[in-house]
Amino acid sequence: MTLSAYLALALILFCIGLYGALTKRNTVIVLICIELMLNAANINFVAFAKYGAHPSVHGHVFALFAIAVAAAEAAVGLAALIAFYRSRKTVQVDEANSLKH
Amino acid sequence: MMNLAWVVPLFPLGSFILLLLFGRRWKQRSAYVGIAAAFLSLLLALAVLVDRLGGSTYEANWTWMTIGGVTLTVGISATALNAWMLVVVALVSWLVHVYSQGYMAGDERFSTFYAYLGLFTFAMLGLVLSPNLLQAYIFWELVGLGSFLLIGFYFYKEEAKAAAKKAFIMTRIGDVGFFIGMMLLFWQTHSFDYDDIFRAVGDGTLSPGMTTLAVILIFIGAIGKSGQFPLHTWLPDAMEGPTPVSALIHAATMVAAGVYLVAALFPLYEASHAAMMTVATIGGVTAIFAATIGLVQTDIKRVLAYSTISQLGYMMLALGAGSYVAAIFHLTTHAFFKALLFLAAGSVIHAVRTQNIEEMGGLWRRLPWTAPLFLIGALSISGVPLFAGFFSKDEILTAAWTNGPRLLFWLAVAAALLTSFYMFRLFFLVFAGKARHHEDAHDAPASMVAPMLVLGVLSIASGYMQTPWFGSFLGEWLTDGAYRHEAAPGWIAVLATIVSFAGIFLAWLMYGAQKMPRDWLSARVPYVDELLRRHYYIDDIYRLTVVSLVSWISRLLTYVDRFLVEGLARLAAGIVGAAASAGSRGQNGQAQTYGAVTVAGLAILVVIFALTGGYWL
Repeated sequence: MTLSAYLALALILFCIGLYGALTKRNTVIVLICIELMLNAANINFVAFAKYGAHPSVHGHVFALFAIAVAAAEAAVGLAALIAFYRSRKTVQVDEANSLKH
Repeated sequence: MMNLAWVVPLFPLGSFILLLLFGRRWKQRSAYVGIAAAFLSLLLALAVLVDRLGGSTYEANWTWMTIGGVTLTVGISATALNAWMLVVVALVSWLVHVYSQGYMAGDERFSTFYAYLGLFTFAMLGLVLSPNLLQAYIFWELVGLGSFLLIGFYFYKEEAKAAAKKAFIMTRIGDVGFFIGMMLLFWQTHSFDYDDIFRAVGDGTLSPGMTTLAVILIFIGAIGKSGQFPLHTWLPDAMEGPTPVSALIHAATMVAAGVYLVAALFPLYEASHAAMMTVATIGGVTAIFAATIGLVQTDIKRVLAYSTISQLGYMMLALGAGSYVAAIFHLTTHAFFKALLFLAAGSVIHAVRTQNIEEMGGLWRRLPWTAPLFLIGALSISGVPLFAGFFSKDEILTAAWTNGPRLLFWLAVAAALLTSFYMFRLFFLVFAGKARHHEDAHDAPASMVAPMLVLGVLSIASGYMQTPWFGSFLGEWLTDGAYRHEAAPGWIAVLATIVSFAGIFLAWLMYGAQKMPRDWLSARVPYVDELLRRHYYIDDIYRLTVVSLVSWISRLLTYVDRFLVEGLARLAAGIVGAAASAGSRGQNGQAQTYGAVTVAGLAILVVIFALTGGYWL
């Protein structure tokens, strides 16, 4: 029951993140939504590490790793976004479409 | 030397390859390569013949491949017949090589001509050395290829192109028969070897019905190659090729290959009375049929072409009448005198630059070498006594009288009359009468006269190998002593002589002395004249039946191809193209669309995974 509650929270969080990542036009919002999805995964890790079939510390460690990697990813993503803004004077994700057919 | 017989065909092959590689650089000097190669072949062939005269048959086989339990071999076999053919082919080929140096001089594709001659000679020599049907078939087709290339040598002329195609296709029709017959024999005896097949006939492995069927099918191949009725129409058209080619291929060697094939398989034919009758009938009918067409031709080479068909008919008649020796004897003498006639005709064409005999005349004085040599050839083919043709034709008539149906004998006699008539019609029209505006006509260079001289001597001398008076050397040797000279009624030789002089006299009356109007016959029965001029409408019949049927089918198939096959291909291409353009429209550069597609794909995978429990792969 407790596990299900955590998983449900993670699911809701992930869906919100996915929805935002696929629909929002502002690249900053898209990046934030990706963070939401990552954190939904982190909640799953921690929930299983505590209430899963084989509780262990690995899940906690993995969640910390994911947070660290997410921070790095956010840094890279924002740097790319700034470079994009300098060349195109915009942060709209649907205007980054030069790689089309 | 017989164990070296396999080298004989390799000289012309070497000449072919060398000339293909270096011909353009050597230009006119290419002739020496061809002549030298042909001469070496001739020397070696003579050595083989001399060896074979005293010895027995030499045969060598090498394994070519093994398929299942069947081993296919290639090899050489120097039987008396093969050794004899080897010399005849090598000799005529060498003479034609020498002659061509003068005749083809200045031609732009001089070296190519010699290369093709080498290819043809190689194939022909290979054919007469073959110890089995499969190898013979391979060389048989190569010979056809050589003929095709040489007939179409002047390929910029539409007629030459058409003639080359016609020759190739018509002989191919015969070859299909040959192939099926060969396969039937293989099916029954599990061997292509002549010796094995003959043994199978002997011990009854091969049923009489199957033997008859197979040899008649093989005979269809011979009909195609030897220009026998009804597959003869390619041979007159083949005269579009250069004249030396006509002499070599369409008089002396390739067209005789059909006769050779039947002779090589003679024990098989002898086993079937029906097959022998077929051969004799086709031969006899062709002899008279082609001779009548020869009466009205106006092209010097076409007269000779129909004469060739007629003489080949004689050979087939001899084979059908059971006289293998007479056929080979006539094949040999015919090779010499007909090659001589063609080379002399080439010399005439060279001098007056036309092939129409109505435009010639009075050339006797202007061509002091060619004219007497042509006369020798004409006397020989007409069967005037003491010339080679007399002896060989006499032999055939004797065979037809003793073994063949009476009707065929009289047909052959009638054909002999017509032969001497049309040959001397040709002679008087070309050489007698008053000269017509050929003031600059002069005789051929020495390189062309010399081969004609050799053939002129042979056109007389080759008859004495087999005469009623000095023994029958050729017959005894070809049959290993089993030959018995048929006690021929003496009146046959007398009749043949009378007939031949009658033909000459008639020709002299009409065309020499002109005491008889030329249209004596054609004025009385104009429809016969028309029939002959149109070659019995055979070409027209073929055009209306076979050719139009095939072109109708091909037109139908064109539409099938254009709309059905091509439609299917276009449909397949269209589907792929439409899928591609639909896919590329999805490639819109929007990262979020890609993301949505990815998620949708993942969702589908998850659903499938959930439904099947993960075992669906």
